[in-house]
Amino acid sequence: MAETHSLQDLRHQAAIASKVYVQRDYNSGTICKFQTKFPSELESRVDRQQFEETMQTLNNLYAEAEKIGGKSYLEGCLACMTAYTVFLCMETHYEKVLKKIAKFIKEQNEKIYAPQGLLLTDPIERGLRVVEIIIFEDRSISSGR
Amino acid sequence: MHLGLTEPVRECQYNQICTRNSSPMENVGHTKKRSPQRKWQIFPGRNRFYCNGRLMMARQTGVFYLTLVLIIVTSGLFFTFDCPFLASNLTPAIPVVGGMLLIFVLGMLFRAGFTDPGVLPRATPDEAAFLERQMDATNGSSGPGYRPPPRIKEVVINGQTVKLKYCFTCKIFRPPRTSHCSLCDNCVERFDHHCPWVGNCVGKRNYRFFYLFILSLSFLTVFIFAFVITHVILRSNRTGFLSALKDSPARYPFTKGNCQMLSHITPRSQAGSKHSEVPISVDACVCALVSVWFVAMRACGFYRRWSAFLDGVGLTVLEVVVCFFSVWSIVGLSGFHTYLISSNQTTNEDIKGSWSTKRAKDNYNPYSHGNVLTNCCAALCGPLPPSLIDRRGLIQPDTPQPAPLSNGSSGYTTQLHTHMCDQEQCIQSTKFVLQAATTPLLHSGPVVIGRGGPPLSGKSSLGVTCSSLAPNQPSLPSSMPGLSCAGDMLALRDPETHCHHHHFVSPEETPSPPGPMPLTLPCTAHAGHLNPAQLYDPASQDSLHEDSVRGLVKLSSV
Repeated sequence: MAETHSLQDLRHQAAIASKVYVQRDYNSGTICKFQTKFPSELESRVDRQQFEETMQTLNNLYAEAEKIGGKSYLEGCLACMTAYTVFLCMETHYEKVLKKIAKFIKEQNEKIYAPQGLLLTDPIERGLRVVEIIIFEDRSISSGR
Repeated sequence: MHLGLTEPVRECQYNQICTRNSSPMENVGHTKKRSPQRKWQIFPGRNRFYCNGRLMMARQTGVFYLTLVLIIVTSGLFFTFDCPFLASNLTPAIPVVGGMLLIFVLGMLFRAGFTDPGVLPRATPDEAAFLERQMDATNGSSGPGYRPPPRIKEVVINGQTVKLKYCFTCKIFRPPRTSHCSLCDNCVERFDHHCPWVGNCVGKRNYRFFYLFILSLSFLTVFIFAFVITHVILRSNRTGFLSALKDSPARYPFTKGNCQMLSHITPRSQAGSKHSEVPISVDACVCALVSVWFVAMRACGFYRRWSAFLDGVGLTVLEVVVCFFSVWSIVGLSGFHTYLISSNQTTNEDIKGSWSTKRAKDNYNPYSHGNVLTNCCAALCGPLPPSLIDRRGLIQPDTPQPAPLSNGSSGYTTQLHTHMCDQEQCIQSTKFVLQAATTPLLHSGPVVIGRGGPPLSGKSSLGVTCSSLAPNQPSLPSSMPGLSCAGDMLALRDPETHCHHHHFVSPEETPSPPGPMPLTLPCTAHAGHLNPAQLYDPASQDSLHEDSVRGLVKLSSV
């Protein structure tokens, strides 16, 4: 509770210096995958490897959500047979993974990015187009270190 | 209380201020307007929402209701008049199976029609500005007189080079297989086509429902067709229809001649049956249904090669041929989509021949899984992605909203400020659009708008803050549902009518940015009372607007 409160404070009190957008990587087709290339604007703020690890984990989670395999077929067939009414009671696999992703991003923000004056926005809030990274001005974050 | 242009502006201002200043507790006791807004209420695309944002359709829903009526009426007549006879003489399983099929058809129709097809939300102002900066950096800064090169990114997917185009309306680079539907004014993922019969676009999220709808409808149509014939034959066996048939020229049961013959027969059979007049009405309805479907399928471009032949021969060919082919056209459409699913292509790609070997020898579909079974399973049983547009989410004061006008301003302006600035520009651009639309343009070339046509940011300006203005626009694009399935198919069919429609859309599309677009449209304009420069003074400082102004001046001067 206290941690989220501090993130909210960060958003409202600190001045936004700039925003960086990490675009989608379409080299593997239409699956949801983000570029892992380290943006130059974050040079001074966060470790390159750390960032790439975050992006890779995110990509793996999305791959899990969109995986076509036995489990997804079973879910699809069950849904078809019940005329898709089964989703009134139960969440789709994709939605479950999206919740996992939201939790992961929150965790990463609290542990790694907020202390450095950065904030990752969940891509689902931007239509899975970009990962928005808000860079806050340095002066308000000095206490975080 | 219609003050024209100013009223919606005032309404939007009021709503904006309300969200920022009033606390949730205050809202409880007030009128509906003060309650927290949901995101669907300010959705920039041309869609209709029902049940407080749960259901989503295209703007034109008339044809959807027609589909519904046709299916229900025909099935109703079948159940009322044919089923009692069939159930008592053959098996009661017939109405049961028919009923199950009907419920499935309607279920799939509703699901296809009311589901978000996979609309991509528009870029937030910050995002759009970031992309613009990136593009300027890669293309080099352009002077005021320089037209920026077409905005295209190339990616290599599974060895094939795919071009990603920049959508000027949504301010994003369209992902692969995504197309902008100009009827709904949205970018839709895995865009197949816009289907007026289901009243929605067919895209990633509702393609399987659409496919199951047409598949089950084929079964239902064939089922009804077959059992109506059975009914007529069985009944006529009792009343000596066959002997009557020997005396008259042999005709297929559903020709006009036979309908008349049946009416001659009915006085004889009236003694034995209560349902004497019924076979004719049922048959007529079935004919009507399949004939309408046949016309629809032709309109959808499935029989583009056949339509030329039929135009010559005329629809006055024997009704039996029409009915016969009508049933087969629904079945044919199902077959066509089965082929598309098995090769993992969209209607859009198939019509354009994107992956055809005719284009290039080594052209292949990079999205195919290689195996027919895997492609089918992936399309029909794959995971269902969630809707990316948060329709029922509440609007937060600090939620970035998509920029209504692409004025290219980077900035971290507050939502309120953006809204108020844009409202004035919105009014101006609306005035311009209305003026421009009243100026007839001669169209001398094809303009593809049905399938992900030219991206149009002008429309977005009318969408966000002044959504109630949309009907005031010469609502011509929305008046041609038939254009949807395959724009250029219809153009081929009836070039004059549709050309006319095409060029009424173009002036609407020109008001804002797309740099190259207005200049490349081969349109000539009659001199108008167009004075774009005057109207665009506030925006003329921006190079993008200068380009569009230049374009419009060119258009009006030819």
